[in-house]
Amino acid sequence: MKAVKPALPSQDKRWKIIDAKMRKLGYQSHALIETLHAVQESFGYLDEAALKWVAKSLRVPPSKVYGVATFYNFFTLKPQGAHTCVVCLGTACYVKGAAHIIEAIEAFAKIKQGETTPDKQLSLLTARCIGACGIAPTVVFDGAVAGRLTPDQAIEKLKGYVHAS
Amino acid sequence: MLLEELNALAEKEKAGRKQICVRCCMSAGCVSSQAVEIKKALEKAVVDKQLTDKVEIRRVGCMGYCGQGPMVSIESEGLLYEHVTPENAPSIVEALAGGKTDVEKGDPNMPFFARQMLVVRAHGGRIDPERIEDYIEVGGYTALHRVVHDQTPAQVVEAMTKSGLRGRGGAGFPSGLKWATVAKSKGDRKYVICNGDEGDPGAFMDRSVLESDPHTVIEGMAIAGYAVGASQGYIYVRAEYPLAISRLQIAIRQAKQNGLLGEGLFESTFNFNVEIRIGAGAFVCGEETALMASIEGRRGQPRPRPPFPAESGLWGYPTLINNVETFANVVPIIQKGPEWYATLGTEKSKGTKVFALTGKVRNNGLIEVPMGITIRQIVEELGGGAPEGATIKAVQTGGPSGGCIPAELFDTPVDYDSLMKVGSIMGSGGMVVMDNSTNMVDVARFYMQFCMEESCGKCIPCRAGTVQMYNLLNKILSKQGTIKDLEALEELCDMVKNTSLCGLGQTAPNPVISTLRYFRNEYLALLQPEPPGEKAKTNGHLAGSTH
Repeated sequence: MKAVKPALPSQDKRWKIIDAKMRKLGYQSHALIETLHAVQESFGYLDEAALKWVAKSLRVPPSKVYGVATFYNFFTLKPQGAHTCVVCLGTACYVKGAAHIIEAIEAFAKIKQGETTPDKQLSLLTARCIGACGIAPTVVFDGAVAGRLTPDQAIEKLKGYVHAS
Repeated sequence: MLLEELNALAEKEKAGRKQICVRCCMSAGCVSSQAVEIKKALEKAVVDKQLTDKVEIRRVGCMGYCGQGPMVSIESEGLLYEHVTPENAPSIVEALAGGKTDVEKGDPNMPFFARQMLVVRAHGGRIDPERIEDYIEVGGYTALHRVVHDQTPAQVVEAMTKSGLRGRGGAGFPSGLKWATVAKSKGDRKYVICNGDEGDPGAFMDRSVLESDPHTVIEGMAIAGYAVGASQGYIYVRAEYPLAISRLQIAIRQAKQNGLLGEGLFESTFNFNVEIRIGAGAFVCGEETALMASIEGRRGQPRPRPPFPAESGLWGYPTLINNVETFANVVPIIQKGPEWYATLGTEKSKGTKVFALTGKVRNNGLIEVPMGITIRQIVEELGGGAPEGATIKAVQTGGPSGGCIPAELFDTPVDYDSLMKVGSIMGSGGMVVMDNSTNMVDVARFYMQFCMEESCGKCIPCRAGTVQMYNLLNKILSKQGTIKDLEALEELCDMVKNTSLCGLGQTAPNPVISTLRYFRNEYLALLQPEPPGEKAKTNGHLAGSTH
């Protein structure tokens, strides 16, 4: 069976990186999750055009691609803010007051967990457990883990991202 | 690579060592508190003080005492520094040349360290996880050489059986039996999978092993591949562990470059390769059939067993799937012999277990202890007891699949069977200490919410049951529940436990069941009196799982 390779969705060079990833895995259907990781790493989220293109490239039904993209918590179909703040809600963090940190951030940024501020500056996310339980409670600010935080310290860190409106 | 080359490399490493080795913990916990900057500052201080002939600064994996990080240890001087900052670096180096330092010092001989028994974590906090030479210096890859050249696959399986090792993922299935089943299964290809989808909140043993000693896991997998007849391995790691992923990538690359992974290892006919697969945030993927579905690029939904993966696993081929810590036990078993391993631990639970000791306890961190040690010894001797002003009430083991063990049962030995008897499980090794300020009903709700959100939705008992149980717990917690709600909750626990498809659903009620068993009063205190006229008939209507 000869596969017809679909054209890249746009001129954006990032698509080439993703295509290279699929090529490395032989355009096999089991490359789907790895490919979605590559898309999210490059673009920050998975949009419809990307999902359709991946489906065609790997010859997987779009329903299956959508199914996988929505099954796993790590994938997001919405664009994220310029900054992300991930509050760990693992047991150790929970016992040490992570819920209070979430409440404080929600009140400060005026968004709920899973949401992005209207000015697209900050996304507030939660994690199951980032495995840094020894320094609980923890929050990941733009990929950097901060430990032993109080709600006030967490807000202080966010002040650079969000201008109190 | 030949054995002589391996040995020569080890000798070269040893010869290059300097008199004093300053080790900087560079595991995820310490890295988040400036460990990278600390190492740079120490390197600069050594140059400034002209001590480069005498002192080397080494990046190492997890030292375990995460609660006091970042850590710097200087073994030859018997020094252990805690809560180090980059500004401390000059004085730490000065102290090596006769100066003084007022950096906070820890005691490397305190019970937290002295009571441990290091088998899996023997190299943690000692070698540089990003240099294969460090691993080779401590005897790395000689076990693989030995099995490939001196033992038949059947002998390797036999050694695993003799050692008495049981799966460290939580269920405790005898590893030797699993290896033997895969070895016997027929298939034109077989796979070895390392389960690094450490989803239990409050557990980070596997992360630490992967970050501190990735080569030992790779070597263990290669030995397993030889034993069962597989030439391809996959390590499935959570996306939440970026440092572990990057160190594994480095380790696999270095092993390939040195001919320790690939074709014809040690000039034999044995081939073995390892690839990483990154998870995408689904707790259920820790379940073996769901994990394999995920590697195949599908939604991580479990399927009924049998057939077990040992017979029909990845893409339908016989597959050996073990946890990270299980694979990390393989090299020590081969190196020191299964007889030695069988002397560790208890009659039915051999060896050691790594635990992540966290929560309301003085010493937080990673510990490795012999099986059979009591919970009291762990919490009070290693953990140092409760922080000031707190009284420890319970210990939670096994995460969302486990249970809470109350303080009065702290003399229970830690082994698979004893923990099961008191209503919890060994689990993968999370151990969260809870004190009097913790509301046990709230803890039960916390885990139920977790299971509800992580339920894959395939089978109804789990998908719908966890939601109903969560709602009932919410109702009770908001002081609107009655004894009838409690009874309904108990009945649901029984139903979900007995009718769910996979381990997630079957164990989801455990936190509720165990808190009801030991902290029933906390539930009762939240209940409202029944509306008049609806009494009677409810007495004795219990689900039978809470006595």
